[in-house]
Amino acid sequence: MSNAHPVPFRAILRHVLLITGAALMLAPFIWMISTASKPQTEIFSSELHLIPHRFALMENLREAFAKANLLRFLLNGVIVTVSIFVLQVMVALPAAYALAKLRFLGRETLFALVLFGILIPPQATAIPVFLLLHKIGLLDSYAALVLPFTISVFGIFLMRQFFKTVPDDLVDAARMDGISEFGIVWRVMLPAAIPAVTAFGIFSVVAHWNDYFWPLIVLNSEHLRTPPLAVAHFRNNEAGTSYGPLMAAAMVIIAPLVIAFLFAQRRFIEGITLTGIK
Amino acid sequence: MSDGSMTIGAAVAPAGTTRRTLPAHGSRRTQAAYALVTPAAALMLVMLLGPLAGVIALSFTDYQLGAPHISWIGLANYQDLFADKVFWTALRNTLTYVVIVVPGAVIAGLAIALLIQSGTSLRSLYRTIYFLPVMATLIAMAVVWEFMLHPQFGLVNGLLRGAGLPAFAWLQDRNTALYALCAIGIWQAVGFNMVLFLAGLVSIPKQLYEAAEIDGASSGWARFRLVTWPMLGPVTTFVVVISGIRSFQVFDTVHVLTKGGPSKSTEVLIHTMYTEGFEFFRSGYAAAITVVFLVFVLALTLIKSRLADRGVHYT
Repeated sequence: MSNAHPVPFRAILRHVLLITGAALMLAPFIWMISTASKPQTEIFSSELHLIPHRFALMENLREAFAKANLLRFLLNGVIVTVSIFVLQVMVALPAAYALAKLRFLGRETLFALVLFGILIPPQATAIPVFLLLHKIGLLDSYAALVLPFTISVFGIFLMRQFFKTVPDDLVDAARMDGISEFGIVWRVMLPAAIPAVTAFGIFSVVAHWNDYFWPLIVLNSEHLRTPPLAVAHFRNNEAGTSYGPLMAAAMVIIAPLVIAFLFAQRRFIEGITLTGIK
Repeated sequence: MSDGSMTIGAAVAPAGTTRRTLPAHGSRRTQAAYALVTPAAALMLVMLLGPLAGVIALSFTDYQLGAPHISWIGLANYQDLFADKVFWTALRNTLTYVVIVVPGAVIAGLAIALLIQSGTSLRSLYRTIYFLPVMATLIAMAVVWEFMLHPQFGLVNGLLRGAGLPAFAWLQDRNTALYALCAIGIWQAVGFNMVLFLAGLVSIPKQLYEAAEIDGASSGWARFRLVTWPMLGPVTTFVVVISGIRSFQVFDTVHVLTKGGPSKSTEVLIHTMYTEGFEFFRSGYAAAITVVFLVFVLALTLIKSRLADRGVHYT
């Protein structure tokens, strides 16, 4: 039969393999939702079952929110990621425009430094940046979470590549209308670059929402915790005793990005694989 | 890097503007250019290039956070480091992690991309599912994995027991902990690699497959060997290197799940650096570890640009 109908057979095999793989990929998510929906007694039973006998999602969520100030931590995540992105754009866009469209002494050197900067992994600069923030007394603050990331060499590179494709005529027309170079960046280039800025925004927000290393280093105070730190602390305080609320907390922390991703998956994939063009 | 903006600028300049007036425009524009790049250049210096030079310089000192003085001790940190068993354990574990996660995540990513691309139905659904782990906060998912790997109540051991196989205390056993972390690493990285391979596959011209077919490459394997694989060369190199760099940076799962244990079996470079630098505040010593880490990461980057130079360029 498979010889008589090679195409359907191959199509079925494709789906069987992909569905098996998909089950492996989704297993942690399904297990998380399942555990978050179970009462304590069902979680601590050796008998495996996916669907809870008694549905306890609301109890677990309520307990998670009672034990940790999850709303505050989510708000911190929003404050930090949005501040980082806005500042990154404010710093990177003018520089990218100058690198793409203006001539000045040192342009090639600056661009070479930008390319070099892309190669530096974030962990490499952690100790000196930490010492610097310690010196100026900014540790354990929103500033400590945001400042080091206001410069995105990758963002400069990306926007410069994009601006290169914007016709010079557009820039010259703006100049003839009397718009200053600074005005051109925000009134001509930014509107033309919205798709690139959006992709970069997704890249930046996802990276910093999920970042654990840097907040772990610079934060002490509970009220400043970002979502990943919050989960880690929740786990350290509760592990081994209340898995239901812990899984519920994990669900809450990953929910914003996952929901946004499901609504705009093409844009998200584009944005996150931006590193693919480095 | 030659740039035609000046000549074009001159061509469309309003009538009556002679070449002699251009420098005035030019210099005003040049001033604007400096004003526009100054914030970025300054921040780059303070947050990136300065700290990079700083970490190298620190690695030759005995600096400890809060210590009243700092002195140049030459290579002493490196001598201590290379004499320290923990460092070699961390390096060996990091390399083991890289050597397992890179091939795992690259081959799986390629296989999934090929499977998705080999048909037309449900493409975007599959892509979404496989990409989901890339999106989800790794720390939250690490905590979920920890419970999945729970010796008594976890899903993995439950399934193993159901199949009559022996169960393990995955993260608490020094013989399995690193491999469990590798599995999480692969699970998280596969979707990212898949998307890069998908982009590579889409960009292969259809005519090449038609030409191969005319030349007698009728089986799927022959088409893969003669067209797909060589055409994916540059993408594959890139995916391998980026996976390598990311695996070298492994930290999150280690810190939240094992803290390098049991008995240092999951100690990795960045975790050692974190412990020395931010728990014991031995900044100089931690800087030396950072430099070793940097050497490896930059070597990978160098390999990539080497390969890219002599690599296949069809597009």
